[in-house]
Amino acid sequence: MIALSINGKSYDVDVEDDTPLLWVLRDTIGLTGTKYGCGIAQCGACTVHIDGVATRSCQVPISTIGTQKITTIEALAQNGKLHPVQQAWLDLDVPQCGYCQSGMMMAVVALLKEKPKPTDADIDAAITNICRCGTYQRVRAAIHAAANNA
Amino acid sequence: MTYMPKIDMPKINRRSFVVGAATAGAGLALGFALPLGSDSGRAADAVPEIDAWVVVRPNDTVVIRIARAEMGQGTMTGLAQLVAEELGCDWSKVTTEFPTPGQNLARNRVWGDFITVGSRGVRLSNEYVRKGGAAARMMLTQAAADAWKVPASECSAANSIITHQPSGRTVSFGKVAEAAAKLEPPKDVPLKDPKDWTIAGKPLKRLDTADKIVGKPLYGIDVRRPGMLYAAINACPVFGGKLKSFDEAKVRGMPGVKHVLQVGDNAVAVVADSWWRAKKALETLPVVWNEGDNAKVSSASIAQFLAEGLTAEQTFVGNQAGDAKAALGGAAKLVEAVYSFPYQTHATMEPMNATALYTSERCEIWAPSQNAEGALQAVAAASGLPIGSCDVHNTFLGGGFGRRGEMDYVRQAVAIAKAVPGTPIKLLWTREEDTTHDAYHPITQCRMQGAFDANNTLIAFHMRISGQSIAAAELPQLLQNGKDPLVFQGINPGGAEGVFGYNIPNLLIDHAMRNPPVPPGFWRGVNANHNALYIESFMDELAHTTGEDPLAFRLKYLKPKQAAVLKAAADKAGWGSPAPQGHYRGLAAFMAFGSYVAACAEVSVDGDRVRVHRMVGATNPGHAANPEQIARQVEGSFVYGLSALLYGECTLNKGRIEQTNFDTYQVIRIDEMPQVETIVMPDGEFWGGVGEPTIAAAAPAVLNAVFAATGKRIRNMPIKNYDWHSA
Repeated sequence: MIALSINGKSYDVDVEDDTPLLWVLRDTIGLTGTKYGCGIAQCGACTVHIDGVATRSCQVPISTIGTQKITTIEALAQNGKLHPVQQAWLDLDVPQCGYCQSGMMMAVVALLKEKPKPTDADIDAAITNICRCGTYQRVRAAIHAAANNA
Repeated sequence: MTYMPKIDMPKINRRSFVVGAATAGAGLALGFALPLGSDSGRAADAVPEIDAWVVVRPNDTVVIRIARAEMGQGTMTGLAQLVAEELGCDWSKVTTEFPTPGQNLARNRVWGDFITVGSRGVRLSNEYVRKGGAAARMMLTQAAADAWKVPASECSAANSIITHQPSGRTVSFGKVAEAAAKLEPPKDVPLKDPKDWTIAGKPLKRLDTADKIVGKPLYGIDVRRPGMLYAAINACPVFGGKLKSFDEAKVRGMPGVKHVLQVGDNAVAVVADSWWRAKKALETLPVVWNEGDNAKVSSASIAQFLAEGLTAEQTFVGNQAGDAKAALGGAAKLVEAVYSFPYQTHATMEPMNATALYTSERCEIWAPSQNAEGALQAVAAASGLPIGSCDVHNTFLGGGFGRRGEMDYVRQAVAIAKAVPGTPIKLLWTREEDTTHDAYHPITQCRMQGAFDANNTLIAFHMRISGQSIAAAELPQLLQNGKDPLVFQGINPGGAEGVFGYNIPNLLIDHAMRNPPVPPGFWRGVNANHNALYIESFMDELAHTTGEDPLAFRLKYLKPKQAAVLKAAADKAGWGSPAPQGHYRGLAAFMAFGSYVAACAEVSVDGDRVRVHRMVGATNPGHAANPEQIARQVEGSFVYGLSALLYGECTLNKGRIEQTNFDTYQVIRIDEMPQVETIVMPDGEFWGGVGEPTIAAAAPAVLNAVFAATGKRIRNMPIKNYDWHSA
């Protein structure tokens, strides 16, 4: 059994040590908001926070997490109130198919924690998630909107 | 706004489910008149429907049925707007639900087509969904009039309230819905003039955003069923190759492994209690393939095969006028160029998947499909059950782009589930399986020839396409004496889909069909992508040959609707005025999927790096159900087209696709996103599609700007392969 802290709750999971966090979240625990896109940390669809740091969960063996705290898209809204990043996403109607957007927003939340008023260059460097629908222009606008509303 | 989750489907009267396979065939082949539905269909909570498209709950909530798939293109919102417009309901009370193709079949296809390809979600169903909304409004109004004992003609409906004009009495939709549901649907259903629209045609927000930002389980990959097991699959890496053998004993004892199965004649799957365990066992499983003759195929052998078609005698003619060959022979000036366009993979963010449950009496799947009715037929065929004993629960799609019109993953999921009766099986492809087993953007080469007379007037034009036919591989019933009419998308002599835009007296456009053993498929934009690239690049070449401005040159020959969008894009981009320092502009215009589109690109080139700074797109879709969503489709189309132009290429070695994942198949990210400005300019004269046509304009506009910047004409895609040090 491996003990995990996810979205403020404790879980004990019975999986092999090398099982990626992504698949523990999705299949073992049933938190399917975190998405599988590539399995090789290229696309960012599986981005979650580990102790606040945006991390591509497809590349994190479950045995390496220990007591670090995991946050997923499902816990971004608190007490029924959307996170400012989610609110900006809603206000600007960012998603199209929406599949990449959980990972996109998790990456953006971490960026804003580090750089509350990011420049376009900051965004280009930090947000490397893939969106095949091509929402990038709205993503950029929503990041600036979230930064200004925070 | 709440959204009906995918498993919460409308319940249909039991008796209507009694249909057989014969009915299915007839139903799928026939059209339908006025699909309102006099059947007593009910919403998930047993509230009776007004007609097939509309349910009104006692609390005034409106449920609008959406038959087309939602893969990000926004059709769900656009269709709901069209229904709500005619219904006269309060938009803030609108929710939606997807009926199933099984329900559609049982009700004589009351919801029409489910297939969501070819940018047709709105343009081909707008009339009957509007009538669905209008008929429901008429029935609600009649029910109120009946209760008041007044003529319905004295009553009007707006914002979910029916008003008796002479007395001022009012009642909400929800209060009369039960009575309205019992009325006969009207026979004559007039529609509003689009000029009077207040909901349709407006830039309303999407209905699905709220659910998509909180991680709700909306997609096929998120489906969970009680007792579900997971499957990972490998198909032969060589197209047409077969599975020879596998050594099950090597993985039998691995954690969680339940079954190791042959699937069809070319694949093997591992079923386990988690997908990761299934995938790990599959990677360990020794497999022997019978690769067959296609293992000799390479990109070089395919290129050679296609090159031969550029000068072949036997071709299919798609468009001709005058005598192009004679005019080319006697011309004062002849220009010739050869182009090529590679295989590309769709790369939807959500890899292929489906969840299937088979018993000896019934087979159901939960799948993200662009063709749920086709999936229903595939489920019936793969399960061996009557089609009336099968159904498909369509989910939201994590991207489609044409890939999810294919049925390969559906057949596989059902085949695996059939081997494990009573247990739901979620089949999920790895990204690697997805990239190497696609139905790829067809590969083509093209020889362009243009000729001028002594006055520098373009008098002859020959476009010879050599390459692959999607119809020959996927829809042979569309072939006309061997000719694939889809090949001529956007370069046809007439029709509503895509007409060649230039008036040239001597014209020949023909196709030498060359079908390599790599499955082609519908890839967002389809044949318009390369056709536009060839024509609009070459028009630029012709303009530079005579030293004319590329806009002025095009406008001399372009038809009016194509010219109008091109001028609009050029004007907004500032064509004719200086670009920012180091930036250069290029143009393209095309017609496809029933709409007229144009683009003006602004680029810079630094060494071997092309940077696209700005794209201005203009679209005349005839009618615009939601201009904001059209703008999003234009932005997304530029991204899809630019990824293809800069990086998109699948190559073959030993019969295998060499690219496997996003590390070897690059797409653009936010750092390469240009500023996009969209002009939506519907002229009200027709209904065109918006999900795809702009892709066609993206690449040639950029290539023409690159030529303006460097004097280098890139003719072989993608740009990443271009040798900048060549002449």
